[in-house]
Amino acid sequence: MEPILTINNLTKKFGYLTAVKDLSFTINKGNVYGILGPNGSGKSTTLGIVLNVVNKTSGNFKWFDGSITTHDALKKVGAIIERPNFYPYMTASENLKLVCKIKGVDITKVDEKLEVVGLLERKNSKFRTYSLGMKQRLAIASALLNDPEILILDEPTNGLDPQGIHQIRQIIKDIANQGTTILLASHLLDEVEKVCSHVVVLRKGEKLYSGRVDEMISSHGFFELKSNKQQELLDAIKNNPIFGKVKVEDDLVTAFLNEPLSSEDFNKQLFKEGVVLTHLVQRKESLEEQFLQLTDNN
Amino acid sequence: MLRLLQLELQKLLLNKTSKVLIFISFVLPFLVILLSSIKINVFGFFTLELGELGVFNFPIIWHLTTFFASQFKFFFAIVVVSMIGNEYSNKTLKQNLIDGLSKKEFILSKFYTIIFFSLVSTILIGLISLCIGLFYSSYNEFGIIIQEMNYLLGYFVKLVGFFSLCLFLGMLVKRSAFALAFLFVLYIFEWIVFWGAYEAFDSTDTAFKIKNFMPLESMYKLIDQPFQRIAMTKFPQKAELVYDYAVHWYEIVIVLGWTALFIFLSYRLLKKRDL
Repeated sequence: MEPILTINNLTKKFGYLTAVKDLSFTINKGNVYGILGPNGSGKSTTLGIVLNVVNKTSGNFKWFDGSITTHDALKKVGAIIERPNFYPYMTASENLKLVCKIKGVDITKVDEKLEVVGLLERKNSKFRTYSLGMKQRLAIASALLNDPEILILDEPTNGLDPQGIHQIRQIIKDIANQGTTILLASHLLDEVEKVCSHVVVLRKGEKLYSGRVDEMISSHGFFELKSNKQQELLDAIKNNPIFGKVKVEDDLVTAFLNEPLSSEDFNKQLFKEGVVLTHLVQRKESLEEQFLQLTDNN
Repeated sequence: MLRLLQLELQKLLLNKTSKVLIFISFVLPFLVILLSSIKINVFGFFTLELGELGVFNFPIIWHLTTFFASQFKFFFAIVVVSMIGNEYSNKTLKQNLIDGLSKKEFILSKFYTIIFFSLVSTILIGLISLCIGLFYSSYNEFGIIIQEMNYLLGYFVKLVGFFSLCLFLGMLVKRSAFALAFLFVLYIFEWIVFWGAYEAFDSTDTAFKIKNFMPLESMYKLIDQPFQRIAMTKFPQKAELVYDYAVHWYEIVIVLGWTALFIFLSYRLLKKRDL
């Protein structure tokens, strides 16, 4: 796989505080990556370093094959960090034209990208008259101007209302479907879960995990069960070595699997033993549960 | 280079405040010079015509116009500090870097803009001085006209030096108002240096020589005040009026040295800083 960004032993200290500690990971072409971590875990600092706005203390990183300087590489990258930053006294299209000049892109792209984010009819309004959601969409349009190899988004839905969040997510999904590599930093786990295939989990500047989302913890998922004969159900589960931990909350029984088992087979088995289920759901842990499990264990 | 200049010009010319300030800093000096060159009738009592005093004669006109025009540099200084201050307060500096501008290019785009406006200002001052001079001057020989045109060079270097200082102060404190206050602090600091040198060497001459190396004083010294010189032409027999008013090469070198240092320091500051 073709690497887009390689980070090796990156460290950043702010005085006594170590914001990023010995971090290494690789971003490959074509995947959608999430960087997860609570507030202050070093997500934005890491992105700041690779985006040329924060100076690293030690370690190194390289864009693509490392043959071009960081600022030239950034011309092939689209990035939005925290808040949308534009010149308030310029209109949307003037702002984007300025970005075109920086990136060396033809200005015909401006209207095309404004169309993508649905701001074409407001292109001649001054940036300061925009709502936060519109500003964030303009930032995405700006990041897309150069048809980037990778799109970097840092908390893109922060502070938006539900419609705004939905619009931004939809845009991100559309972009991901076109095969653009995306790196999404967020502390909103369901957001990452909905769009990302790979994650890097950070805590206090250290990497806890990096890899596929579904391999984050070795688990075969669990069943959520209800039955009118709860005691018999519990006995049946206990006698089956496939199951590990069992949780009971009122009439809902949650049984965790040690080995793979399909819901169809399990249902047949229980029926044979005379237990009729009124509720059967097979699930895997949500990213949130996995994340909490991972950060607890360490 | 053209790309960087275009970038900065777009940022400046689309901003109403800086557009007005740029307009003022260019148009006001010309208005003043133009007005002073026409015959003014003071309420019918007497007519005031500066041209009659011989101040618009070549080559003294080069000295006079550049001196007065340079007093208006403060307006553009506000533009310079605010073009840095705004980049910080709008966080657009960060965004520019993320978009792929290098830190060096960022400083260069500001510096090119300074050079551009200084050059335009110098050319305009040159043209208007030439026109007024041709109109009023008693001497119109080519040799006399081009005498002391080095005041124009002095004017250009002075502007570039002063705006580079403003650029550096803007980068240093990030806020336009504080940067302008720093200019004033620097002015006072130079007088303290003067006083210290006077105490140390017990000589006003030596103290002035030391002060001449300070940034603001060295820029001021490029074009000395012309009043004494005008008085000199009126009373040639008074020897105590004689002073050194020429633009010297070493004065230009000092200012160019400061300019290089300020631009370099601005770059270093930006390079070291986490945004």
